[in-house]
Amino acid sequence: MLFAFDWTELAQQIVVGLASGGVWATLALALVLIYRSTGVLNFAQGEMAMFSTFIAWSLVHHGLSYWAAFALTIGISFLGGILVQRAVIRPVEDAPVLTVVIVTLGLFFVVNGAARWIWSPEVRSLPNAFSTRPIDVAGVAFSIQDLGTIAVSLGAVGLLWLFFRFTKLGLASRAAAVNPEASRLLGVRVSWMLALGWGLAAAMGAVSGMLTAPALASFDQNLMQPVLLYAFAGAVLGGIDSPFGAVVGTLILGVLVNLIGTYVDWIGTELRLPVALAVILGVLLIRPTGLFGREAVRRV
Amino acid sequence: MPEPLLQLDDVEARYGPVKALHGVSLTVGEGEVVAVLGANGAGKTTTLRAVSGTVKRSGEIVFAGNRISRRPPEAVARLGIAHVPEGRGTLTDLSVRENLRLGAYVRRDRAGIREDEQRVLSYFPWLEDRARQTAGTLSGGEQQMLALARALMLRPKLVLLDEPSLGLAPMVVSEIFRIVGELNEREGLAVLVVEQNAVLALEASSRAYVLEVGKVAVEGSSAELRRNESVRRSYLGY
Repeated sequence: MLFAFDWTELAQQIVVGLASGGVWATLALALVLIYRSTGVLNFAQGEMAMFSTFIAWSLVHHGLSYWAAFALTIGISFLGGILVQRAVIRPVEDAPVLTVVIVTLGLFFVVNGAARWIWSPEVRSLPNAFSTRPIDVAGVAFSIQDLGTIAVSLGAVGLLWLFFRFTKLGLASRAAAVNPEASRLLGVRVSWMLALGWGLAAAMGAVSGMLTAPALASFDQNLMQPVLLYAFAGAVLGGIDSPFGAVVGTLILGVLVNLIGTYVDWIGTELRLPVALAVILGVLLIRPTGLFGREAVRRV
Repeated sequence: MPEPLLQLDDVEARYGPVKALHGVSLTVGEGEVVAVLGANGAGKTTTLRAVSGTVKRSGEIVFAGNRISRRPPEAVARLGIAHVPEGRGTLTDLSVRENLRLGAYVRRDRAGIREDEQRVLSYFPWLEDRARQTAGTLSGGEQQMLALARALMLRPKLVLLDEPSLGLAPMVVSEIFRIVGELNEREGLAVLVVEQNAVLALEASSRAYVLEVGKVAVEGSSAELRRNESVRRSYLGY
């Protein structure tokens, strides 16, 4: 067994793992974005992403190409995220964290229910975004779909980084997350910065959903629930308050889960989710701040 | 007498059910440095917060012809009031340069902002070498100076300065007050400063108010207050 080890397969499985990790990374970033600015985990993030994916499906169903629907859905989701923040989150902005968490839980059911109400149960699929042909890289055959998925998710992550790092608005939103009161004194409209965060998070979630669906033979309204768990596990691994950590954490988790699923026979594909949960538990027990997170230090 | 730059008329403020200001009236003229003195809990900080809008307030507050008593802090800042809050309001995770850039967040005149950056660096030359450093890693005194520098990036008409001496070494404190004095003399910057250290505050200001339990108890020119028997005994300690 050891002597017959197939390096080609290992390379392929790593890329497959990175592809799923990349998709989770976009959703994990959405979680981290909102967590950093409000200290709240948005339990509805996955459902919002699912809703976006259904919008994309409708657009494709009405004749748009996948990529046209992709771009349009990102725009719609961005506005939708802002709307959700203004309508549902803003009224509880000053409430204790637990209240806001409960509201996002409620949002989970509302969005899920709305999607079931709007889109009847039927077999649905999104077309493949990329060619299904394999491509030869240094003698190893990789799927173009996997490489494309990695490229698009990391591209989305990169764009988000550029926004926060190099634009005035991005700078202001970071300031609002660090010290809302001081930011208001500088003229930053903090409440709108939070709304902007929700919009960006929804857009990132949409990317995640629209990359998840084409890889499946068919999908329904539960599409994003496992993705949310993986994204959460990866974010915890990397540090829930660190955007960089969330991306690295989900990529590591993607590879880890895929390799374990491939090489440990008794786990296979059925027990992959428990692996993710074991990672959450392990990190919380051993290093609660994750790989790149920071200890919450407070002056008293 | 010309219209003052800032006028508070019978201003009340409360934190939830607790009233912190019971009708404060004061003025700051163009280019004037005014000090607010008083014991802990007298309402000094709250007075500044009432002006910038970070506390619930009522009564009349007029700044440069605008009624601001109902405006949120974002809007007050846009009118040209820079509030350097208690604790300095450092954006700790951001770099020194990013802190400075945010000081000019509400401005649109790129050329003017670049000009002010040079002007601010002439007062605080060391900021240039620290531009890329995370602001949270600066010392307390450096953060206080950064907060003042950031306030100047707004090109404000009025700076609200809350306890600039708090927790700082005497050398640093006198440096900060020296710079404030220079800004006032050279550029006609108006300053409303709240200060525990009454000796310093009365030296730096031309007029002063003494607050007692949310009300103005004594007011007058700083020279007068220095001679005032009860002020001397209660706040100057001799």
